[in-house]
Amino acid sequence: MDISIQETVFFLLATVIVLFSILTVTTKRILRSATYLLFVLFATAGIYFQLEYSFLGAVQLTIYAGGIIILYVFSILLTNQQADERLEKLKNSKVAAGIVAAVAGAGLSLFLLLTHSFGPSRLAGGEVPVKAVGTALMGTEKYQYLLPFEVISILLLACIIGGIMIARKR
Amino acid sequence: MFDFSVITRWVDQLLRGVMPDAAATVVECVIIGLCLLLGYSVIALALIYAERKVCAWFQCRLGPNRVGPLGLLQSVADMVKMLIKEIIEIRHVDRFLFGLAPYIVIVASVGAFACLPFARGLQVLDFNVGIFFLVAVSSIGVVGILLAGWASNNKYSLIGAMRSGAQMISYELSIGLSILTMVVLSGTLQITELVEGQADGWLLFKGHVPAAIAFVIYLVAGTAETNRGPFDLPEADSELTAGYHTEYSGMHFGFFYLAEYLNLFIVAGVATTLFLGGWMPLHVPGWEGFNEVMDYIPSIFWFFGKAGVMIFVIMWFKWTFPRLRIDQLLRLEWKYLLPVNLLNLLLMVIVVVYKLHF
Repeated sequence: MDISIQETVFFLLATVIVLFSILTVTTKRILRSATYLLFVLFATAGIYFQLEYSFLGAVQLTIYAGGIIILYVFSILLTNQQADERLEKLKNSKVAAGIVAAVAGAGLSLFLLLTHSFGPSRLAGGEVPVKAVGTALMGTEKYQYLLPFEVISILLLACIIGGIMIARKR
Repeated sequence: MFDFSVITRWVDQLLRGVMPDAAATVVECVIIGLCLLLGYSVIALALIYAERKVCAWFQCRLGPNRVGPLGLLQSVADMVKMLIKEIIEIRHVDRFLFGLAPYIVIVASVGAFACLPFARGLQVLDFNVGIFFLVAVSSIGVVGILLAGWASNNKYSLIGAMRSGAQMISYELSIGLSILTMVVLSGTLQITELVEGQADGWLLFKGHVPAAIAFVIYLVAGTAETNRGPFDLPEADSELTAGYHTEYSGMHFGFFYLAEYLNLFIVAGVATTLFLGGWMPLHVPGWEGFNEVMDYIPSIFWFFGKAGVMIFVIMWFKWTFPRLRIDQLLRLEWKYLLPVNLLNLLLMVIVVVYKLHF
């Protein structure tokens, strides 16, 4: 009986993700689209929590829902004078390109779904402690990630400096 | 000391005795949700009454004193008024986003509220990333405020929402860094472990200088995060009428109002948990008799007592300092609080590495 609750929650979250993903790309108003994307990210965080990886879930909430979406909303509010005006009609060539991209994406996903062998959805030892995540991020041994972490930091620093340079240009 | 998990375990076993496990889990979730919402609204009513009385006290007035003894029923009467008021439909707005915004704000606030440890064994969400989860959930509220300001289709609302967004995003950095400083000291993110670790001394005393600096920064940033005076310029009445919730009426406005007061309680509750020992009683090493007496006071009174003191201090700020301008507000955060906070984090790491703490 316990498994069925897990499955119910999973299918609920999956439905929310699919539904709001479709709404995100089909709605004509850009701010609504950002809001639907927020729901998609919430439901994804929900799946992480269901997988008992609450660290990733909390990161998802704080980075994507709390950070990126706010950035989107801010930039829409600041740049788009007619934020509520509907989008113009798409050109036929763009529609065709979109269909090709969608078919290719669906094919790739299907290929991966059918060829990948899925492991158990829960770790045997329960949740990964935050200490283990921290040491893996900060270690220099095999399967530890200090170097990528530092590289990303430098990339972000470069982005910050670039942003300031662009913003200061009068 | 009384452990509330005795009661919750008894309820759990009772439910599992009469129905299958899955049904029991669902019923428990519903009960917990109802209890949370009930506690949420009761605390909000108490806070609204406290705010009015404290405000009156600072201004040498009496405050509410007509409805019920000492005006105790005033906020209840206001709640009933709010509940039966009409929700006015506004033309030329995005209905969906306009209606959605208050719910995002209130969900973020309830999510953070659920993480607070009210007493020994009385806590709803206890992830191993506890305090990080709390910060993550409460950061979602900004989306609601921005949507409310935009969807109102009103310049004042939009300016209020932009100010509020800029302010909350900036001060979230300070809150996060001061929380991080205390996490370095206690060595855990889980809220129950944070509180248990303070059995032999509150973190504010254990971490001495860096902890005190972090405490002051947390209080300033927390006051700004709740949009309260002297940082209340998102809803500065004289300039913007009521900021982002100008166009809201009835219970939609009520949600913003509730969330604002509960965010005050959450800020005070997190300050209590991180710096003042949560529900842990005050213990002085060596004073055995004193410690015994302190242990007899139930843990729930300790938590609400400490949180009450913190709330009083934040209300005190409001009636002491004049309102800041937006440039002063952002300068305070980015030029003073943030560098001090980063240095303080370094200081705390040094203190912990060389074991200079108590």
